[in-house]
Amino acid sequence: MATETLTIGKALNTGLRKAMEADPKVVLMGEDIGKLGGVFRITDGLQKDFGEDRVIDTPLAEAGIVGTAVGLAIRGYRPVCEIQFDGFVYPAYDQIVCQVAKMHYRSQGKVRIPMVIRIPFGGGIGAVEHHSESPEAYFAHTAGLKVVSCSNPNDAHWMIQQAIASDDPIVFLEPKRRYWEKGEVDTSASLADQIPLHDARLLREGGDATIVAYGPMVRVAIDAATAAEEDGRSLEVIDLRSISPLDMGPVYDSVRKTGRLIVVHEAPSNIGVGAEVAARVTEECFYSLEAPVLRVTGFDTPYPASRLEEDFLPDLDRVLDAVDRSFGF
Amino acid sequence: MAKGNEARTRDDGDLAVAEPEFVQLLTPDGERVEHPDYSVDFTDEEYRDLYRDLVVVRRLDAESTALQRQGELGIWASLLGQEAAQVGSGRALRKQDMAFPTYREHGVLYCRGIDPIMPLGLFRGVDQGGWDPNEFKFNMYTIVIGAQTLHATGYAMGINMDGKIGGDDGEAVIAYFGDGATSQGDVNEAFVWASVFNAPLVFFCQNNQYAISEPLERQTRVPIYHRAAGFGFPGVRVDGNDVLATYAVTRAALDNARHGNGPTLIEAYTYRMGAHTTSDDPTRYRIAGELESWQARDPIKRVRTFLAKHQIADDTYFNEVEADAAEQATHLRERVLSMPDPTPTQMFDNVYPNGSPLLDEQREEFSRYLETFAGEAH
Repeated sequence: MATETLTIGKALNTGLRKAMEADPKVVLMGEDIGKLGGVFRITDGLQKDFGEDRVIDTPLAEAGIVGTAVGLAIRGYRPVCEIQFDGFVYPAYDQIVCQVAKMHYRSQGKVRIPMVIRIPFGGGIGAVEHHSESPEAYFAHTAGLKVVSCSNPNDAHWMIQQAIASDDPIVFLEPKRRYWEKGEVDTSASLADQIPLHDARLLREGGDATIVAYGPMVRVAIDAATAAEEDGRSLEVIDLRSISPLDMGPVYDSVRKTGRLIVVHEAPSNIGVGAEVAARVTEECFYSLEAPVLRVTGFDTPYPASRLEEDFLPDLDRVLDAVDRSFGF
Repeated sequence: MAKGNEARTRDDGDLAVAEPEFVQLLTPDGERVEHPDYSVDFTDEEYRDLYRDLVVVRRLDAESTALQRQGELGIWASLLGQEAAQVGSGRALRKQDMAFPTYREHGVLYCRGIDPIMPLGLFRGVDQGGWDPNEFKFNMYTIVIGAQTLHATGYAMGINMDGKIGGDDGEAVIAYFGDGATSQGDVNEAFVWASVFNAPLVFFCQNNQYAISEPLERQTRVPIYHRAAGFGFPGVRVDGNDVLATYAVTRAALDNARHGNGPTLIEAYTYRMGAHTTSDDPTRYRIAGELESWQARDPIKRVRTFLAKHQIADDTYFNEVEADAAEQATHLRERVLSMPDPTPTQMFDNVYPNGSPLLDEQREEFSRYLETFAGEAH
């Protein structure tokens, strides 16, 4: 096994490169993704190597990006759309929800829209309004879309390739505040050897309580588990990876063992992913639960001004506080 | 009302004198007229075929309206009055061309050689389209206003990327939409994209004067075809009730596109003689005398006059076409009535190419639930 130390950003970049090499029908579309390499440089160098027809600098119109990608997909292309920031996806929302998600269904399976919509999401970078949002619930609520999020460089590298290879339309959420975090990537492995795209992953074993997270909050969950160990509590951490569909099996197994569950995400709690996880755990693991399922999330406010975001975002202390509350029942 | 609105009110209902400038080759009275830029060169048989298309398309449309009135269709979007715009543009498509319709392009569908039963499942509610756009070179009906113009643009960009452009065998795309859709962001974005990517695309706007109840004046203060100039490609207005002019203008624009010369916006100036859909009541918003003035410009009557006058067709032919249309309508009716309802668990199929564990669970659970009624009449 040959590994390389890469940032999440670079792991995505090399993953996109491999996907483009593997299939000439893969085209990247987005604002500033060509010469500039994207505002986060995720597509850096790809236009130079693959040309302007395969890495397309588009007009500044998100509905146009996704809408034209639908047409390209009907013609047999596999478009990978970059939405520059989470808060800018909404102009494309109609195309994503009404067209991308439904065309396979509308055609009774005759049309496939093998599209990936990449969205840097979440806060923590000191940005202005509209640059720090967590819109996953909007998409996870829509039948016909799949929604995934990577949390580390190895997953970033392989999940983006799996998403592009999949015939399902996939919203691919990239934890933008983690783009610069480094980790080992097994670049020599093959795509076929990776765990399925929509499988959750058990990251850390523990017996006292279960923490479920995805994307940017996985780091927080792991740090909380490390800190809790010093207090003598053993926390199990599960990275959901896939938000739609949810891979609940590992969560049920863990909760049956620990009896306690805390779900962590940046998105507001109301009608969110945590609510769905809690409901399903209650249905399946009712007699195993020692405490109600707790959620540690962003608040039900608009994403606040950046000087407040450290208070808004779930952090290690808020997760540990929830663990304490869970043990209080 | 703010100052300036006065200019936007409709001048009067006498459209016979308010006919705008447009490309016309066949007047409402059936006179063949020449145009400096556009012409057609049809054989007598081709003229007769165009007439047959117009009559059949209108007859099938009437049958579908009747089916809705009898409760056999949930809704119907009639094309009454727009037959020439659809037959002219539909016949102008070459075999390799791709069409992106709204939900009203039954005439274009017919001219593509597609069985007119195909979209009826959608209107009956037994499916939502269900056909393969690539098999028929005709996308599924799109109900969201204007959304398909972006799909057409992307598809046309793909033609450029595939290098299927530049000669007579090049491919072109036609995107259908209405006057109301010109206010949509998607349509304006499609104009931008098609222009800057020089996409082989014809934007075909059937200006039928109304977006449900709202008149054209609520969508625009300039003629629709003028908008193209601002986006950097040509716009042309054609008499959308003149099948010859519509054919000539569309054929020229498509050929221009397939040769690599980029998009064109065609405004086919026509009139929706019926309701927006069978759920609509146009008596609430039509201007008095308007329908009658447009009936004088009927798209079929003028062709019949022309054919008779030039002895291209006679009453025997016209009667045979009527009989053919009636037979096709009867056949359509029979097949609508015998369309099977889908089974309940079919709703779980084809949500995702690769399936979903959540849907598998729900399908299984719902099947078990249904089985508890086994043997009972619901």
